[in-house]
Amino acid sequence: MGFKEKCFKKSLWLFHFSAGSCNNCDIEILDCLTPRFDVERFGMKLVGSIRHADVMLVTGIVTKKTKPRLLEVYKQAPKPIVVVAIGACACTGGIFASGYNFAGPLDNVIPVDLYIPGCPPKPEAMLAGIIKFLNKK
Amino acid sequence: MIKDLFYFLIFPGLVFSGIIGGFFSWFDRKITARVQFRQGPPLLQPLYDFVKLLLKETILPKNGSPTTFILAPVFALFGAVMVSVFILLPAMGIETGFNGDLIVIIYLLNIPSLMYIIGAMASGNPLASVGASREMKLILSYEVPFLLVLLSIVIKSGMSIKLTEIIAVQSQKGAFIGSVSGIIGFIVSSFLAAIFFSGLNVEGIHILWSFLKVLVVVLLITLIRNTNPRVRIKQAMRFFWIWMNLLAIASVVLAILGL
Repeated sequence: MGFKEKCFKKSLWLFHFSAGSCNNCDIEILDCLTPRFDVERFGMKLVGSIRHADVMLVTGIVTKKTKPRLLEVYKQAPKPIVVVAIGACACTGGIFASGYNFAGPLDNVIPVDLYIPGCPPKPEAMLAGIIKFLNKK
Repeated sequence: MIKDLFYFLIFPGLVFSGIIGGFFSWFDRKITARVQFRQGPPLLQPLYDFVKLLLKETILPKNGSPTTFILAPVFALFGAVMVSVFILLPAMGIETGFNGDLIVIIYLLNIPSLMYIIGAMASGNPLASVGASREMKLILSYEVPFLLVLLSIVIKSGMSIKLTEIIAVQSQKGAFIGSVSGIIGFIVSSFLAAIFFSGLNVEGIHILWSFLKVLVVVLLITLIRNTNPRVRIKQAMRFFWIWMNLLAIASVVLAILGL
């Protein structure tokens, strides 16, 4: 593992995009920042703009309304960027897969690097997923 | 000439203040984390962030001015490094500075915040302009009390506007402490340390003592920031313009009366 890669993995800045979720996965993402889980130990922090981000966390089914916005935000991201699909909806569409406004799942819209299933996934599951992904790459 | 370049690029200048500034930004994040009962980032976190940001793609604004957008941070860094040279050389007693360097330092301290405003405006982003106007309001609010406090220091040290003389007066009469945000936080705090705590000493064990003085000031700033997390710009302006100005004027009056 080179020094550059190590620096990239040690300082992931997260941007959180809700593509039509029920807000449950979003709350669980925020749980990762609390004292109990504290992702800042790994150098991760939540940033307010996609321009600062290294990781894009997408929650929810991609609806027909959010699809163009999602594509625009993805284009605005400075590369290299890691896209993480969080929750059953972003991974597969979940129970909304047959809905009239379903335009996903996420990997049909933008390339996805990591899937974290669950409804909602636990903070432990998200941390474990990201750590596994970092060790694999 | 080579000595000046060394001062600017290596020792109190670019490299030194970069490393120390990185350390203090880590210290700030760690203290914030400990205040919130969290673990906090590792010591090398600023280095990781720095290298990672160098690797990322640079996006230039389409609707703004790319040249200004790129140059503004360079000027901000230049201003910050110049201030650290001007403050640390007299504070450590390496060079005596020149008459009126206090005034040059006041101007140079303004350059980084001014460059934030210009860079944000150059991005052509409406949200960035909101941030720029907030930064402008903050400058307007903290500049006046800051200048007034400096004025009382100048009066107390016998109308001297030279940093070494101010430090020398304090080592004779005792420190001025009774009368009373990375790189910039460090500079401001070492400035405070130089002005109020009778300078920094770099001989033997005194290095540790000087470092502790700066560390205490940074700790104080961080704790104040963490215990007042929800202060709005409006409240900050009112606080500075009314209460801090009153305090600063009182300190000027007391200094004139010789107290």
